[in-house]
Amino acid sequence: MPVPLKPGVSIDGFELIAPLHEGGMATLWRVSHPDHTMPLLMKLARIGYGEAATQIVGFEVERMILQQLTGPYVPRYIAGGEYQDQPWMVMEHLVGETLRPLLEKTPLPPQQVAELGALAATAIHALHQQDVIHLDIKPSNLLRRPDGPPHNGMIALIDFGLSHHAHLPDLLSEQFNVPIGTAPYIAPEQVLGQRDDPRSDLFALGVTLYHLATGERPFGNPGSPAGLRRRLYRDPVPPRAIRAEIPRWLQEVILRCLEVDADARHATAAQLAHDLQHPEQVALTERADRSHRDGRLTVMRRWWQNVGRERGPRKAVSDHLDQAPLLMVAIDLKHEDAALCAALRGNLQRIVSTFPYSRLACVTVMRTARIGLDSNLDAEGRNRHVKRLIALRDWIRPLGLDEHRVTVHVLEHSDPAHALLDYARDNGVDHLIMGARGVTGMRRILGSVSAHVVAEAPCTVTVVRAPALSEETKD
Amino acid sequence: MRLALLADLHANREAVDACLAKLRRLGFDRAVILGDIVGYGADPEWTIDTVQALVADGGLALYGNHDEAVLRDAQDDAGSTKHPHAQAAIDWTRDRLDETQRAFLAALPLSIEDEDRLYVHANAWAPQQWGYISNALAAAQSIAATKQRVTFCGHVHEPALYHSQPGGGARHFSPSPGTAMPLIGSRRWLALPGSVGQPRDGNPAACCGLFDTAKGTLTTLRVAYDHHTAARKIVAAGMPESLARRLVEGQ
Repeated sequence: MPVPLKPGVSIDGFELIAPLHEGGMATLWRVSHPDHTMPLLMKLARIGYGEAATQIVGFEVERMILQQLTGPYVPRYIAGGEYQDQPWMVMEHLVGETLRPLLEKTPLPPQQVAELGALAATAIHALHQQDVIHLDIKPSNLLRRPDGPPHNGMIALIDFGLSHHAHLPDLLSEQFNVPIGTAPYIAPEQVLGQRDDPRSDLFALGVTLYHLATGERPFGNPGSPAGLRRRLYRDPVPPRAIRAEIPRWLQEVILRCLEVDADARHATAAQLAHDLQHPEQVALTERADRSHRDGRLTVMRRWWQNVGRERGPRKAVSDHLDQAPLLMVAIDLKHEDAALCAALRGNLQRIVSTFPYSRLACVTVMRTARIGLDSNLDAEGRNRHVKRLIALRDWIRPLGLDEHRVTVHVLEHSDPAHALLDYARDNGVDHLIMGARGVTGMRRILGSVSAHVVAEAPCTVTVVRAPALSEETKD
Repeated sequence: MRLALLADLHANREAVDACLAKLRRLGFDRAVILGDIVGYGADPEWTIDTVQALVADGGLALYGNHDEAVLRDAQDDAGSTKHPHAQAAIDWTRDRLDETQRAFLAALPLSIEDEDRLYVHANAWAPQQWGYISNALAAAQSIAATKQRVTFCGHVHEPALYHSQPGGGARHFSPSPGTAMPLIGSRRWLALPGSVGQPRDGNPAACCGLFDTAKGTLTTLRVAYDHHTAARKIVAAGMPESLARRLVEGQ
């Protein structure tokens, strides 16, 4: 018998105010509690005759996982319990609107698609860093928070009913031997029953971006297991074939998300966000130029290869992220010091070869005057900027890295340490590598850039020094 | 309330000491000793006295098969099926205990029900027959044999967490140490924190657990301790060397 719920009823101190819509797996109520000022939401599992078992387990999964999560990209878990045998939980009611209504307005301008994609990828990365994979990324689970402080229009993730936590029992995989996900968005490996690959979320986000950019679904909305399996061998229509105004770089990024082999996608959501934020730095491959779907023969071959394909071995989310850090090297182009450059390259070489899925951002700071206008130098300024980009590419060339692993950036700032710190923070850099020059009188007075960066960096910092050759100080 | 869970202490003073130090740092209100206080290790007297002090402080202690074995008369063991090395440790331990210590062990209960929890050394279906919960089938049998929602037990030396839905079988999970796992109310659970005094999963670090009754979360812990000293003491006491080696290898 369902419990009669009506406004005014109190459950463990939470007073029911008004019902919200009936979700797939739960009844939602707005609730209040004297100890909490933030808006609250109560979810009650729908346990009753005819309710699908996945829905009840999904409720349990969300309740277990939400308690572990922190940060601004997820609702806060407040409390949970059982009310007359009906499990319930209370969480923060995030204000905002999901991306679902945007599907009515598709196709969206490419710029807006990239912006939304970067916000979503940032939220997904924050989730992956907590050892959780969402596994049901779709417009209705991406919630845009209001503009202005404190959340500045960021995207938060909701509904963790299908999620996987690397350090908690996976109630879903253990109980059901069928693909679990939402048909249009589900990743190929998820179709095969694999629930532990963080890059499944990148695939689902790719489907979302494809839909927003083109107005169409890349794999339709299949209703059968065979229909779901089709995405293992049938590639989608390239976005530019539907809408020619989609830039090549955006097609590159979206099609990379939709790769059947997870290894061919971006290694992490952070790397995807980085691409979406720096279109000019996206390394274009044949994906960017694809104008039609693969021919029958290729599809047949892929179909044949995928017959009987099963899921791969288990791995932990954090292990994967650890292998794919975003590295940043700060390069001083103005004070060329051969010994220091060699030491810096040597260290970089070791780090990038240890992390085969890492990405490297090469950054230099162009000093701008603290006071005064550089206005009459506009053209010259651009020229200086381009020169430095070329110099950065040249600097990194000896490492022989794949083009798609390296991006170059020229920052303009009066204070180099500040500029480097801002970049590291804004781009979620995991590890910053920089050189430190010798100690001289000037340095003692001004303080060193590296010391400032080390003191305030949000990530690991490696400070490289050239081996001391003589008593002479260098600067 | 926060419960400190300690199973299979096996007279290993160094391990018990290290676990209690860690648990005290994290904070607990009540210790639950899930049986096998003695056997294998070189410090049975100290370990019993320590458990007795924890019980005097509001803790609970359960009876284990090794505790039972040391209380039996030596001639009753003539037909023992125990491994000869384990039997050697039992025989050695028997001579070390005084009357108070023997009386304390003899008075230990086989199982305790506490709110919606069951504490028992081996299993819920026949606690004194010492059957092992070594797979999901046995876990399901134990869960079915009690009306309590959460069972904590020892006996099997590997940490494990089993869960089941009403009417369903049980599923196995290997806990990651340090993660607070919510044992949600809509499921039934059986938790094995692992052995304090004789871990057997290839890692010599001692196992113990912490259960927060208010939050409903279980955290398993691994505590590195001076297992070389514990092993040396076993050899010095004249017990089989293989028992010492097991501690070092975590086997």
